Amino acid sequence: MKRARCGSALVLCIAPLVADAAEPMSYLRTFGPAGDPVTRLGWGLGIVALAVCAIVGVLLLAGMLPRVRPPLGRRELAVRDDSGGTSWIYIGVGISTLVLLACAIWTMATIAAVAMPAQASETTVQISAAQWWWNVRYLNRDPSRIFTTANEIHIPVGRPVRFELESRDVIHSFWIPRLAGKIDVIPGQTNTLWLQADAPGTYRGQCGEYCGAQHAHMAMWVVADEPRDYIAWSERQLRPAAPPASEALERGQQAFVANCGACHSIRGTPAGGILGPDLTHLMSRGTIAAGLLRNTPGNLAAWIADSQALKPGSRMPSMAIAGNELSAIVSYLQTLQ
Amino acid sequence: MANTDALRTPVIARPGADASIEPRLKRIWETAPGFVGALCSVDHKSIGKRYLVTAFAFLVAGGLEAALMRLQLARPDQSLLTPDQYNQLFTMHGVTMIFLYALPVLSGFSNFLWPLILGSRDMAFPRLNAFSYWVFLLAGIFLYSSFPLGRAPDAGWFNYVPYSSLPYNPGINIDVYALGMVLLGVSTTVGSTNFIVSVIRTRAPGMSINRVPILIWGTLTASVGNIFAVPAVTLAFILLWMDRRLGTHFFDPGAGGQPLLWQHLFWMFGHPWVYAIVLPAMGIVSDALPTFCRRPLVGYTLVALSTVTTMVLGFGVWVHHMFATGLPPVSLSFFSAASFVIVIPSAVAVFAWLATIWTGRPQFRTPFLFFAGFVMVFVIGGVSGFMTASVPVDRQLTDTYFVVAHLHYVLIGINVFPVVGGIYYWFPKFTGRMMSERLGKWSFWTMFVGFNIGFFPMHILGLLGMPRRIYTYPEGMGWGPINMIVTLGAYLFALGVLLFLIDVWRSRRHGAAAGPNPWDAPSLEWATASPPPVYNFAVIPSVASRYPLWEDRMKGHTGSSELAEGMLLDDGRETIGTSGLDAEPDVILRMPGDSAAPLLLACALAIVFIGLLMQSWWVVGFAVFASLVATIAWLWPEPALGQTMDIARG
Repeated sequence: MKRARCGSALVLCIAPLVADAAEPMSYLRTFGPAGDPVTRLGWGLGIVALAVCAIVGVLLLAGMLPRVRPPLGRRELAVRDDSGGTSWIYIGVGISTLVLLACAIWTMATIAAVAMPAQASETTVQISAAQWWWNVRYLNRDPSRIFTTANEIHIPVGRPVRFELESRDVIHSFWIPRLAGKIDVIPGQTNTLWLQADAPGTYRGQCGEYCGAQHAHMAMWVVADEPRDYIAWSERQLRPAAPPASEALERGQQAFVANCGACHSIRGTPAGGILGPDLTHLMSRGTIAAGLLRNTPGNLAAWIADSQALKPGSRMPSMAIAGNELSAIVSYLQTLQ
Repeated sequence: MANTDALRTPVIARPGADASIEPRLKRIWETAPGFVGALCSVDHKSIGKRYLVTAFAFLVAGGLEAALMRLQLARPDQSLLTPDQYNQLFTMHGVTMIFLYALPVLSGFSNFLWPLILGSRDMAFPRLNAFSYWVFLLAGIFLYSSFPLGRAPDAGWFNYVPYSSLPYNPGINIDVYALGMVLLGVSTTVGSTNFIVSVIRTRAPGMSINRVPILIWGTLTASVGNIFAVPAVTLAFILLWMDRRLGTHFFDPGAGGQPLLWQHLFWMFGHPWVYAIVLPAMGIVSDALPTFCRRPLVGYTLVALSTVTTMVLGFGVWVHHMFATGLPPVSLSFFSAASFVIVIPSAVAVFAWLATIWTGRPQFRTPFLFFAGFVMVFVIGGVSGFMTASVPVDRQLTDTYFVVAHLHYVLIGINVFPVVGGIYYWFPKFTGRMMSERLGKWSFWTMFVGFNIGFFPMHILGLLGMPRRIYTYPEGMGWGPINMIVTLGAYLFALGVLLFLIDVWRSRRHGAAAGPNPWDAPSLEWATASPPPVYNFAVIPSVASRYPLWEDRMKGHTGSSELAEGMLLDDGRETIGTSGLDAEPDVILRMPGDSAAPLLLACALAIVFIGLLMQSWWVVGFAVFASLVATIAWLWPEPALGQTMDIARG
């Protein structure tokens, strides 16, 4: 948590904006070894950039200050020679070149520093990006321990996690600013990335490459849990959905299978669609519709009934479902802990 | 070309002594009166003004699009625009500003000014010049044709596949963009060719290559760059159109195609293009700023060389738009280093301008303010570019508002500020009248303050993680208040542009009379009347230094330029052709007269593209035939255009 905040006057101007909770996407401060060396480099380059602006600004203004000199005549030139003044260029460009060289070396060192995690990752998460949500699949050598969720990625604190990124349709970009820079998700190729969170918490991410109508609403969350909590979470995710405990919930499940099962899966039920997010443990997630809405019963009902008004162009159609059937579905979904 | 029977020594004349010369030249060069005459005109000055006016019309269109977007983004979760509308607006805003404003406006300056600066009577290929303008105009209209239908291009100006391919974008939106860009590429290519040949062949005798103003270097470099860059994007758009309409699979990952191929082709063009739209503008500053510092530019040779170097390096940095695509670290390191290196030639120019201001005596006229303001904005845009050159940092910065800030500092800073300053500077030459100093200063300060309030905070938005190209954003991200400031600043900037346009409108009738050289500037365009006569110069000037109009006041100059007496060349439309490096006269160039052929060919060509858009092969076939007819009419041999050798060299 004690990442170096370089202390310069200009940084202090920006520092109030670095308040943590208020800016969940700010990467002025990062929380893991995949991001921290980059953040230090970014601050370094930023300070160089501001210094250059300040120096040029001062030179420019000072050059225009009135100086005590005899006034120029109407057709008089200030300098009647076009060969002078070049020492400005030689000195200025010489210093700039040295600074550039230093920054280039620092950059190369940082590329190397964040290329690989210090220890091998034990967890591999496969992300399939789609218009406009994130399918999240936890890989495992043992096929029975593979599970799928969406838009909310849990990782253990202090451990590197490897991500394999694929696209189901167009180009997206996977970006959790407080943990690392973005990497594009490109159909036909698998890009990889590693992340590590050094502090427990929730890190927001968002698609970084324009991908169509709802590019603006393609958020995701990385939740860094203490290793114990992470194991408990993944064990829960591995289980199929609990069977409905009452007749009303049974009706809700049937309505879900009939109306929603072509696109959505709930493991342990006949609903096995793969076009939309897996909803087996829907209630373990904080948001729905890729971060657009908080996961509340009211929002769920509104989303099912009128997704096109909430997220125009979304692949999820607004479902014309009778009121009682809708509430049965929503009640059933509430049981998917 | 050289017909030994036709050897002829040009008559040397002194128009001051013979009052019959100028009326005769006027009759030779004049465009026929009336609307049809105007459509057939090949006069570079008319074409230049048309380019300027058309480019500014597109600037206003692009500005209105931005104004709507800024309203939508001023607060979180607004629904003034639908996502579809927003996506079309941001795409058309980019397309308009980058392709229909930024380069054409510079072509306008260059078209109007080149023959005047070079001491010639027209561009090397006057009809090609007219053709280039008409194609630009028609391509611009073509690109906007689906806008009223709500089907404008909507995949961003960068138009990444597969989002822009048929399965994800089935309307005509992308076809309009693809075909429009191929058509516009024709205009850019012929225009660039014309500039290159003009600078090599039509400079005044004695204007050796190391005596041309930096604007010429900038436009020459940009033109050579375009000749190499435009084919890449033309190819990309043709392949995309074939994928969409003829069933090929160049970019379809499902059939072995490569989405990244698009990005390589697009940015191999896109990055050099950025330099093509800033180098001529930097040239404007390098030439005009010294006039207001009352001294020659510091480091002419270094600045000229850095101009060329920028473009050469500019062809080696395209991958810095692709740092997040998962390319191997070794190639990323190479392109990162190249992107750092390209800062060096820019630093040369900045220190040359600073030294010019320091060692000169700044005169605070309106153009000077725009140029000095430009230097500051250029540096801010430059250092934010330097930050994005660093691969790991760029993987945070890219596709955030930091890059939006950077590119607007670059494009508005390095293009719009010099262009507006350049208009204030050359308006007297264009119209014979001065613009208002008072309104000009108001306009500068409004633009400068509005610009910085509007665009500087975008850097902070980017650092706070706001992605680009989102039509809205939720509360709780910390972006809301800054976006409100950005919107207010953008509107203030727009107000400044409006003041400038009002000044232009008012001054063209009511400005004070300017006289030939109101700023006491050193280059040849100021040697002729304002506005210049249709033949530019009554006799071809001969040049003996870099600063023909200052040389009597320069220390230690040898030889002197001759402006009052020179080659008359009045046997039809004629100018002198000179050798490439030393500008030794070696041929009398007989210039073609006005003609309808360029306009007809441009129209026929546009109809070809309309046919392709409608996939109506009959229309395409008919229009191709019409193009051939127009080309034959254009190239029909005219005995009067047989070139003659000048034996009076040396």
